[in-house]
Amino acid sequence: PAFGLFLFTIARDPLRIIILIAGAFFWLVSLLLSSLIWFIAVKASDPQDERLQKGLLIFGVMFSVLLQEAFRFLYYKLLRKAIEGLVALSEDGCSPISIQQMAYVAGVGFGLMSGAFSMINLLADALGPGTVGIHGDSQLYFLTSAFMTMVLIFLHTFWGILFFHGCEHRRWWEIAAVVVMHLTVSGSSFCNPLYVGSLVPSYLLMAAAAAWAYLLSGGSAQNLRRFLLCKC
Amino acid sequence: MITFMNNSDSEEEPCNERTSLMSAESPPVPSYQDGLQASEAGEAQAHRKRRAGSSRGPNNLAGGEMSGSRVPVRESALENEEEELTLKYGAKHVIMLFVPVTLCMIVVVATIKSVRFYTEKNGQLIYTPFSEDTPSVGQRLLNSVLNTIIMISVIIVMTVFLVLLYKYRCYKFIHGWLILSSLMLLFLFTYIYLGEVLKTYNVAMDYPTLFIVIWNFGAVGMICIHWKGPLQLQQAYLIMISALMALVFIKYLPEWSAWVILGAISIYDLMAVLCPKGPLRMLVETAQERNEPIFPALIYSSAMMWTVGMAKPDTARGPSQQTWDAAEDGREHLRSPSHAESQMSERRSPVPTRPVTSLEELEEEERGVKLGLGDFIFYSVLVGKAAATASGDWNTTLACFVAILIGLCLTLLLLAVFKKALPALPISITFGLIFYFSTDNLVRPFMDTLASHQLYI
Repeated sequence: PAFGLFLFTIARDPLRIIILIAGAFFWLVSLLLSSLIWFIAVKASDPQDERLQKGLLIFGVMFSVLLQEAFRFLYYKLLRKAIEGLVALSEDGCSPISIQQMAYVAGVGFGLMSGAFSMINLLADALGPGTVGIHGDSQLYFLTSAFMTMVLIFLHTFWGILFFHGCEHRRWWEIAAVVVMHLTVSGSSFCNPLYVGSLVPSYLLMAAAAAWAYLLSGGSAQNLRRFLLCKC
Repeated sequence: MITFMNNSDSEEEPCNERTSLMSAESPPVPSYQDGLQASEAGEAQAHRKRRAGSSRGPNNLAGGEMSGSRVPVRESALENEEEELTLKYGAKHVIMLFVPVTLCMIVVVATIKSVRFYTEKNGQLIYTPFSEDTPSVGQRLLNSVLNTIIMISVIIVMTVFLVLLYKYRCYKFIHGWLILSSLMLLFLFTYIYLGEVLKTYNVAMDYPTLFIVIWNFGAVGMICIHWKGPLQLQQAYLIMISALMALVFIKYLPEWSAWVILGAISIYDLMAVLCPKGPLRMLVETAQERNEPIFPALIYSSAMMWTVGMAKPDTARGPSQQTWDAAEDGREHLRSPSHAESQMSERRSPVPTRPVTSLEELEEEERGVKLGLGDFIFYSVLVGKAAATASGDWNTTLACFVAILIGLCLTLLLLAVFKKALPALPISITFGLIFYFSTDNLVRPFMDTLASHQLYI
């Protein structure tokens, strides 16, 4: 679905593609830094201690989440500057792309990159022979991974919109809400392989974020009804 | 692998030419362009407003009425406008370059992942004589550095040779050399490639069919690249030969040497293009002085190259028009975003009353950004090496891919700002190398651990 989003909404406009790739790049850099921190921590600690490793891992995850949000903020700043530049360049005083579109594209960029990194090795291995969960792990590994990745991509998209909106209107609580949501989702993935604990809250959060983002983007229940009714 | 080594002599030549011309594009001479812009600005404004909704690319030279009286008044304002226009077209041109680079990388990565042949170590080129099978790290490092020095010096010698030939107008020799090397690429390497692919997928093919296929492929390729042909076909061929070259490099360069060579080449590129006495810069300037295109076999252009033989617009237009035409014929705007869009074709229909200007528009439109083939090759080498040797497989490849694209973006941005020929390699390769090494060593264990616990960040 995320790829479908990409095709239908982003691939037309070259500027959006650039913003997408730049968003992916920012996510990548944040991942790099967070894994650097984790790596240093791991090297500095005792590799035999299981609990310590697990603790370090959790710490790494949380840190990574915070770094991702920090980079989202940096990206927002960069896009603000870029929009001012574009407005100055354009002939009739309004920029060819609005900050909301940029928010959407940036969110998709982040989401695609994080999804790709989460899934792609899995997919490559899935092409080969083997049985899922042969060592007593859950048999639904691939399926749940796929769903989790999808929900994460969508969440990134919505978080992008919410985040940028919060930055635009200086509503710090929105930004804090995004960060808290991200932390919650990542934290819920700690419940794996008890999938109920992770997938269900994530989907609920995604629905909430979707509704919120939709409302922020100017939609309303009326619009939705009109759209659905007009189609059929 | 003696045969391969012998062939690699002439094979290196195209490679060297390509590397030598990786960013050799002359900027448009801004002077008369400014003049042109100045006169067209009035119409340009009107046209631009009409096209505000479309893909950011008004063709400002629609107007065609070059009233010379307007020129002096609008000079200063229009120079700013021209810069703005240059920057505005940036996005479209970036995409026009993203697509072929992406395609080339996809082809290379797909081949590397599926065909075993290109990851087997079957010998080395004579340009990298030192083997890397030595037991100690220091020795290996030393060998790879020595390999790099040899390779870079070979490239420098070839480049200087080419520039000298160009300077002394030995065009026949250059053309013969280019034709020979592209012939070899198109036929020999394609044959090997096809053979390996067929082997991998266990598809049988008899020799006559193979002969016909390769003959057709090669012949059409030669015509397309060196003479006229549909733009997309030419682009496709250039992408394919870049991919083939990159595959050869990936196969025959030992590991550490490859990385050191990539780093050294980007430094060399930086110096060769920006230093006043650099060979590439001299090539570019000589081409510019003579108003000639640089060899079509070595540059990827994202829009149609205008060949001689197009009807010139009405000559009763005035001096500025003439200078523009003369330059138009020869000018392949190497690496500069032009003030035209290829989508302007639909604009021609609503302008039936001015057939002359429409032709002019057509000439203006078909210009895009140009990138040297050596750039394609080295980007693909980086990504291909990442795909071949990284243990983190796709993550590393993806990271390098994004890094290279961002580098390309930044380079094009700098191009729009500086408006002269710029080396395309340094920024992208630097990003790519940083990301490769960091992803391979830092991110991979992190992601692996996360994935094994099925945690999500």
